[in-house]
Amino acid sequence: MDQRRILAALLIAGGIAGCSSLPGSAQLDAITAQTVKASFRDEGIAKVDRLVQDDSNRECSEAQAEGRAISAERAKAIEAANMKTVQWPSDGKYLGDWKAGEQIAQNGRGLTWTDDAKTPNGGNCYNCHQITKEEISFGTIGPSLYQYGKLRGVTNPAAPESRAIVEYTWGKIWNAKAYNACSNMPRAGYAHILDEAQVRHIVALLLDPQSPVNR
Amino acid sequence: MTHTRTRLALLAAASACAVTASFAQKSATEAIEEYRAMLADGNPADLFEAKGEALWKQKRGPKNASLEACNLGKGPGVVKGAFVELPRYFPDTQRVQDLESRLVTCMATLQGFDEKKIAATPFGRDEQNNVTALATYVAAESRGMKFNLPQSHPQEKVMYEVGKRLFFMRGGSHDFACASCHGEDGKRIRLQDLPNLTKNPGAGAGFGAWPAYRVSNGQMWGMQLRLNDCYRQQRFPYPGFGSDATIALGVYLGVNGQGGTTTAPSIKR
Repeated sequence: MDQRRILAALLIAGGIAGCSSLPGSAQLDAITAQTVKASFRDEGIAKVDRLVQDDSNRECSEAQAEGRAISAERAKAIEAANMKTVQWPSDGKYLGDWKAGEQIAQNGRGLTWTDDAKTPNGGNCYNCHQITKEEISFGTIGPSLYQYGKLRGVTNPAAPESRAIVEYTWGKIWNAKAYNACSNMPRAGYAHILDEAQVRHIVALLLDPQSPVNR
Repeated sequence: MTHTRTRLALLAAASACAVTASFAQKSATEAIEEYRAMLADGNPADLFEAKGEALWKQKRGPKNASLEACNLGKGPGVVKGAFVELPRYFPDTQRVQDLESRLVTCMATLQGFDEKKIAATPFGRDEQNNVTALATYVAAESRGMKFNLPQSHPQEKVMYEVGKRLFFMRGGSHDFACASCHGEDGKRIRLQDLPNLTKNPGAGAGFGAWPAYRVSNGQMWGMQLRLNDCYRQQRFPYPGFGSDATIALGVYLGVNGQGGTTTAPSIKR
C-alpha cells in the first residue's frame, strides 16, 4: 500500500470514528508489511524472499520495537525449534584448523547483493567479537571471545569433560537462536552462511589450546 | 578536484602515521578520533555544496527552469531550515517525503525531468549526482540547526510508526535489523563506533551527519545511499530510491533526533 492509499484509508477511518487518531497496532503492522513489499526488490543474490520472517525474527522484532522481552514460554519454544535444526558434525569431528578459522572469522564478505554466490562466505566474527588479542580491529556487539576455551577450562577438547562445551560451541555457531531466542548472532550453519568444514575451523579457533585465542 | 584529492591523500598519509605512532599511548578509538579530526579540516563536501547551489539556481531540464521555486516544506524557495524539518508531509504529492525524494519531485514539476527515471538511476550516475549535490547544498544551509521534524499530520505519525517497526525488523540471511547495530549505546562494529539511533545524542548525530563525504571511497553520500548501503550490509534485498521504507526510516531517525544538531554535510572515514 503506498502512502496515498494509506492516507485515504486514514481519512475514511477518521471520518467514521469522528477523530484523527492513529490506526491501531495491528493496522500499523499491516501497513508496515505492505510498505516492505512495495519498497524492496531483488538485486543480485539478495532476493525479496529474505524478507520473510520466521517465528524468532518476527516475535523478537515485534517485542523489541515495543520495548519488551518475549515471554519465557515463547523463548523456550523458539529455542527448541532452532535446536532441531542444528546439524552435528557428520564424522563426529568438531575441531578443524584454527588458522583456517581465523581467516573465516576475519572475512566479512558474503551474501550481500554485491557478492557472488560462488565466492566462499566469511563468518564476519570480528565485526562483533574480540577474538585473538593480536587483532585490535574488532566489534563489541557480541561478548569478547578472547581466551574462550581457557576460561571454560578446556585444555583437551577431545577429553570427555570438554564434551559439553565443545558441543555447545558447535551448536551456538550453527544456530545461535537454539540457545537464545532473540540473540543478535547470525545462524551461521542454519542460514547457510558457513558450511560444516568452516564451522569446524571456527570451533578450533575458539577451543584449540594452540589457537592464539587460548594461548 | 585534483587538488583536493592530493590534499586528501596527504591528509590520509599523515593520519595513518599518526595512528601508528600513537597506538602505544592511546586506545585505538582515540586514535581514530584524532584521524577524524584531521580529516574534518578541508572537507571536500564544500565542493559538492557549491555545485548544489549552482544547480539550484541554474535553468535546466526540458522546461529550462531553476529550482528556486522548489518548496522543501517551508514555502517556495526557502532552503534555510528545511533540512531539519525533513522528512515531512507535502500536500501536493500527498506523501511524506525526505530531502532527496522531494528534490526529485521539484526537478520533475519545475524542470520537467522524468521523476521515475531519476529514481531508477543508480547512485553516483548522471542526475543522481546532481540530486546528491543539491541535497548537500540544502543540508549545508541548515548547518548547526536543531532537528524539529513535524509530526502533526496523521501520515507523518504513521510513517514514524512504520519506521520504528522497520528499524527493529530482523531479516535477511543474517537475521540483522537496523537495531542489531544501532539499538544500544557505546557499541562498535570492527573499530567503527555505532550511534544509538533510537534516541539522542545518537539519532541527531547519526541522522544529522548525512550527506557526508566518504574518504574511503572518495564519494559524497546522501541519506538514501547511506540507508541503501546499510541494507546491503544487513544482507537485505534492495530498497528502492525514495521508497516508503527508506522515508519511514528517515522519519523515525529524524524524530528520534529531535533537538539534536545537524552537522551535515560532514566527513566520514
